[in-house]
Amino acid sequence: MQGKRWLWARICAAHLVLGLLALLFMLPILWMASTSLKPDQELFTERIVWIPSHIAWENYPKALSAFPFWLYLRNTLLIAGFTVVGTLLSCLPPAYAFARMRWRGRNFWFWVMLSTLMLPPQVTLLPIFLLFRWLGWVDTFLPLIVPAFFGNAFLIFMLRQFFLTLPQELIDAAYLDGCTDWTILWRIVVPLSKPALATVALFSFVWAWTDFMSPLIYLNDASKFTLAVGLQYFLGRHGEQWNLLMAAAMVVTAPLVLVFLIAQRAFIRGIALTGLKG
Amino acid sequence: MSREAQRTLWGYLFVFPWLLGFMLFTFYPILATLYLSFCDYRVLSPPRWVGLDNYRSLLADPDYFWRSMVNTLFIMIEVPLSVVLGIGLALLLNLRLRGQALYRTLFYLPSMVPAVATAFLWLWVLNPQNGLASPLNSALVRIGLEPINWFTDPATAKWGFIVMDLWAIGGVMIIYLAALQGVPAHLYEAALLDGAKAWQLIRHITLPQISPVILYMVIIGVIGTFQYFTQTFIATQGGPENSTLFYALYLFQNAFQFFRMGHACAMAWILFLITLLATWLIWRVSLRRVFYETADI
Repeated sequence: MQGKRWLWARICAAHLVLGLLALLFMLPILWMASTSLKPDQELFTERIVWIPSHIAWENYPKALSAFPFWLYLRNTLLIAGFTVVGTLLSCLPPAYAFARMRWRGRNFWFWVMLSTLMLPPQVTLLPIFLLFRWLGWVDTFLPLIVPAFFGNAFLIFMLRQFFLTLPQELIDAAYLDGCTDWTILWRIVVPLSKPALATVALFSFVWAWTDFMSPLIYLNDASKFTLAVGLQYFLGRHGEQWNLLMAAAMVVTAPLVLVFLIAQRAFIRGIALTGLKG
Repeated sequence: MSREAQRTLWGYLFVFPWLLGFMLFTFYPILATLYLSFCDYRVLSPPRWVGLDNYRSLLADPDYFWRSMVNTLFIMIEVPLSVVLGIGLALLLNLRLRGQALYRTLFYLPSMVPAVATAFLWLWVLNPQNGLASPLNSALVRIGLEPINWFTDPATAKWGFIVMDLWAIGGVMIIYLAALQGVPAHLYEAALLDGAKAWQLIRHITLPQISPVILYMVIIGVIGTFQYFTQTFIATQGGPENSTLFYALYLFQNAFQFFRMGHACAMAWILFLITLLATWLIWRVSLRRVFYETADI
């Protein structure tokens, strides 16, 4: 009896600690949401106001018309869409080759690929910039899209980890039926890997959506900006209108949160696949 | 063609997209960066060989180069803090409780906010006039202290970023959580039969078991700190008084604002060497400890 009460006390204590911490983590986001709905005159008040006297929904349309939101959304979606397609196409064959094919040099190139994961992007940034400038691609979407078609070491590694979990018998049976590696990859491995492919698509989408440095470097013309860079210009121009700023930040954040809530499993699976291996 | 040779050919064909990308976007740029780091290159005129001049002038520059290095080393304090906080949260989330999925989502959510929006958010939250920090400030004033102007005071600006980053610890936490869930349950059962206490389980089973992941996260954290860019670029642009001029920001300024590509490339190569050194050092130091403790069980 005493043991049971002790257990209850511990469960309640754990909930209390977790709940308070979760509230602490949520406070800034709640503050962002609250600010985004405040009328101008309630922005700077003596006391903290959580619930504005009048819910200013009009801040949202106002924020979205204060900068070319729809244009930037279109640009971002265009870049992110091509990035997802390119990443999927270019990560699948290498991941399969590293997981399921036996060939001379496989281990060597696999270690080379893993070591590139540690490389800070600043080390390669400038020659890549000069290369794209030489090609005349600056101020186009190409520098942001084309590299996605050349594989991503992290995602190749993640897919490889997933391919290793597929039953070898299936692949052996396909070999006996006379399939080549290429047909096995597209007819057998890909249909079995839908969850892992969803994870790859998700990660590459989120990265493309949030990327700041590359669009900052490559896009000069204000009509070509992505949401991340556009948001920064918004700050420069409407620096004191915090309610509009927060509304804009909410709108740029919301799709990501939504995607995460819908696809939470895919996220966690991807992290578990790669994180565990250290 | 022999079967072996045929297989190898197919292997190379399959990895071709990545291999070409590696050559174009990694291998060649590393060497090109090295070459340009020995040149005076201001983009508009062709690069001119100057030997070690770029390195010399950087290393003799206490106001910017060394300042950015010291600032970066200062916020390196985030690395141990995120290990402790990340594992702590992961341990809490690993308890068998109802509603863990909700807690996990709530802790992870901040790390989903794009860096630009995070910078906005914290500029506002830490706004001394009407941020969430203002109750803290009014309390400080009441007891006779100066209010904290997080991002406008050189003494506190770095701490503003540290708070900002620890808030977005979700990504790190999830990796520790995955590691915790990978610890075999029978180890705990055996120890519980021997009458071990909770903290003993953590000290002697959990931490040794996840030590490879901790090591990996420390390496990633140290390297990541040198790449710290977006938040400073938006929130402070390196100010006030260069107190948040971090390494990657100064590198960016050299390349794209002062158009001193040679200097930027020299900084990039110094960063490359630091990365190699940090990885090797942490790996060397921890090798013994990581394996020693795992072998100890």
